[in-house]
Amino acid sequence: MKVLKFDRQAIGEWLSKLAEDYDIYAPGESSQGTWQLISDYSQIDIKSGVPEKPVKNFLFPQPETLLTFSTVPDDPDAFKPREPEDSGRKNVIFGVRPCDARSISLNAMPYEKDTYYKANMEKNLIIGLTCNTPCSTCFCTWTGGSPMGTEGCDISLTEIEKDSFVARGVTERGDKLLCLATAASEASDQDIEKLSGLEKDVAISTDITALEETLKSKDMMELYNAPFWKDIAERCVNCGTCTFLCPTCYCFDIQDETLHGRGRRIRCQDSCMFPLFTLHASGHNPRGDKVQRVRNRFMHKLKYFPDRFGSVSCVGCGRCVRDCPVNIDIREVMRQMLTF
Amino acid sequence: MSTLNEKITEEIRSQAERLLSSGEVAAFLGYEAGSLPMTARPFVARKPEDVSRLVWNSFCVLNLSNYLPSLLKSFEPQRRPGEPPPEGPLPKVGVIATGCWSRNIVVQIKENQVDRERVVIVGIPSRGMVSSRKVKDLVNNREILKVIEEDHNLKVSGSDFDQEINRWDVVRDNCLTCVHPDPVIYDILIGNPSGERQVSDRFEQVNDIEAKTHEERWEWFTEAFSACVRCYACRNVCPLCYCPTCFVDDSRPQWVGKSTDQTDTLLFHILRAYHCAGRCTDCGSCESACPVGIPMRLLTKKLNKDVLEMYQSEAGMSLDEPLPLTTYNPADPQGFVLTERSEKGGGKS
Amino acid sequence: MSDISKMKNPYKPYSARLDNIKVETEDGNLKTFRIVLEEKADRDAWSHVAGQFAMLSIAGKGEIPIGIASSPTEQGYLLFTVNRAGVVTTALHNMREGDRIGVRGPLGNGFPVDTELKGKNIVIIAGGFAFTTLRATLIYMLENRSDYGKITVIYGARTPGMLLYRDELEAWQARDDVDIHVTIDREAPGWDGLVGFVPTIAGQVAPSPENAAALICGPPIMIKFTMPPLEEIGWTDDQVYLSLENRMKCGIGICGHCNVGPVYVCNDGPVFTRAQVQKLPVEY
Repeated sequence: MKVLKFDRQAIGEWLSKLAEDYDIYAPGESSQGTWQLISDYSQIDIKSGVPEKPVKNFLFPQPETLLTFSTVPDDPDAFKPREPEDSGRKNVIFGVRPCDARSISLNAMPYEKDTYYKANMEKNLIIGLTCNTPCSTCFCTWTGGSPMGTEGCDISLTEIEKDSFVARGVTERGDKLLCLATAASEASDQDIEKLSGLEKDVAISTDITALEETLKSKDMMELYNAPFWKDIAERCVNCGTCTFLCPTCYCFDIQDETLHGRGRRIRCQDSCMFPLFTLHASGHNPRGDKVQRVRNRFMHKLKYFPDRFGSVSCVGCGRCVRDCPVNIDIREVMRQMLTF
Repeated sequence: MSTLNEKITEEIRSQAERLLSSGEVAAFLGYEAGSLPMTARPFVARKPEDVSRLVWNSFCVLNLSNYLPSLLKSFEPQRRPGEPPPEGPLPKVGVIATGCWSRNIVVQIKENQVDRERVVIVGIPSRGMVSSRKVKDLVNNREILKVIEEDHNLKVSGSDFDQEINRWDVVRDNCLTCVHPDPVIYDILIGNPSGERQVSDRFEQVNDIEAKTHEERWEWFTEAFSACVRCYACRNVCPLCYCPTCFVDDSRPQWVGKSTDQTDTLLFHILRAYHCAGRCTDCGSCESACPVGIPMRLLTKKLNKDVLEMYQSEAGMSLDEPLPLTTYNPADPQGFVLTERSEKGGGKS
Repeated sequence: MSDISKMKNPYKPYSARLDNIKVETEDGNLKTFRIVLEEKADRDAWSHVAGQFAMLSIAGKGEIPIGIASSPTEQGYLLFTVNRAGVVTTALHNMREGDRIGVRGPLGNGFPVDTELKGKNIVIIAGGFAFTTLRATLIYMLENRSDYGKITVIYGARTPGMLLYRDELEAWQARDDVDIHVTIDREAPGWDGLVGFVPTIAGQVAPSPENAAALICGPPIMIKFTMPPLEEIGWTDDQVYLSLENRMKCGIGICGHCNVGPVYVCNDGPVFTRAQVQKLPVEY
């Protein structure tokens, strides 16, 4: 795999070339932190930490059209669903932190049979950017990730000095993109040494180690019946902030919408925090109680998912910690579950 | 030398301890310290030893009255529909209330969501709450690791900076234009009431938008709400939003689509604002809870301005005042649909 | 790219027509729909196991998970008995013969008719309109009679008018290779059959647990009261098979709606042994 050295100018030129075939996205300037389609590639400035919104919106478009159909009464093909046309245009997403990139491969596990997710993975190429200064709310090392991680990336950039980047190809298609970087140079031995130095420096937090192993060893029903869930859930207002901003929350709703003879079946991100999530048509609600919903979310992410797939369904990005309006802190929940 | 907030904290702990030990209340609803700088979290103290966790600071931004109805209900024994309520008094709940929070409690009492006899209100005249977003902007979004609160300053520090900020520069927008900081209803009062505040233009932010052309207003509206993820944090922290099934969750008929399509998102916000018209106290919880910084309280503020002008009514000022939009009076001079503004109210159209 | 093009789109239903609609119950709330897949290739490819379900898709309204009431041995059509409860079921009930709908499936795990249940004495216990997938199971077993031992069926409804498949019940009662006990909750004029709740009748029939398996479908409360009389005569939880229900959307174990603790009703179920269910949180 290629290892190249870029300065800011070289990155700008390279992205301009890529822009001929791809739509380029990077975290936006505004405090709303949405991913923005960019055109001035020389001015990209990625702030430290994660952008407000996770990268999952590229993999789970909001909403995503699954099928289309006509509802015109005398159309012989009315109500026969079709797959939507694909524009064929691919995206390059620039500046994805290792936690967000890792979430793409974590989510791919339950979505193994999902053709739409697989197509979106093909459509979106990830240029990762490792973290030189993790935030106080970052805890990726607890969940099996690392600020220098490359999992889920096609290319991984590391800023080894101010405005000086080493780029590593991680996948075949990432390597192909790097071939277009004519303004970049081969990384020198010194550059690679600096990179290795940064990797060794990663402070594996000793606060929580072996999170997955310990959680997997606990009895599921004992954790489920633990008394601390009531205290954790007491102040929860059951909004969907944590679920919509979490890179590894992947639940969705399927809705049919019709207008003037056309219809579409869409899926949109859904939240298990809403009572409607489990409501039966009869009116019975298996998780009608707030505590049940809060407990289910954490049990899913920290127990059911690792039992089934091997990793916790959390990448330690810290968004839920920062944005929960009532400051429910998943790190505290993890500690409670580990010490129970 | 303890700060104002530290003194209030001591008083709150003392009152809560007294109420819990004596058994006068079964639970006391307040705040405790959060796990991040500039964060406080709602907390229910149930035993006297819990009160040492109670705090009061400039980051208690969510309206505690939001939790009252469900907290009260949690102390009621389960009964089937049609079964009569149990004999005897039910457990009471203590709650902290600033000006706007106390007005929301008044609205809740008048809307039959809270029983006045079952709440012990500890009133605290408000000095305004700080917007952590404004603080972050002032330090150019560098990561804040510690904030020390003094009476008129915040000492903010990160890994490579220290900055002292004037508290009033970062107080929330709704608090800047607040005219009713004192609790209107309470059983116990902590601190001294400051009286009605003089504000040059209470509705300045709303007037700015009203001064725009229609095209400019639409642009402001669609842009400001474009980042909405439909998390409903604004709705869920609002004490007014207590419908068992919110209109966005209705399926027969389905009023609003579920995705973040622009039409559906804007419709949600407009309809919710109308449901809050004349009932909202501009407590700012909605904006404080929003993870993406949407100024949705400006919609309800505009409607509050209209209700004030048309009916000379403000939400929750007194238990004796009728609710403006749900009170039927056959002698009402205005027809079913308002066709002209009340002469007494004045104001621009 | 080639990887995806070989994969089947799990969200795309087969187009189908409503071939026949029959009102099953006196209150009109349950109808049996006979559905024929439009494309021959889809009809040929379809293969299901008794106990599985399918998503009935009404374009413009949504999808509902409904147990397949027809046995795999019934060729050329699929039967679904649907209770009118919400938006999609109401739309389906308002449709006419010849209308187009979609079918996505088969989904779920089905009863282990070709594995654990083979060679056993089978006791089928159903209440109300939960009998649907058990109809599929019973017909399958009767068509493969020598694979199973004694077959006992205990089926109850509130009133005679609420029983499903009444003409088939009569035909089965006339057979001597299956023991059918049909009951209603309270006395009703014109009914000279059994009277009593399903748990009571189950206690009276007292089917032996020896080399036996019980398939029980019904409202949770019926299951709750049926277990004690069975346990009293020696039935254990791993001999009892239940079919759970939950709100579903994708039907393939991803969207998160139907989970009961770590399992997804749509994908790991809907059939579970009672022993498995006892180890799960009560979230169904």
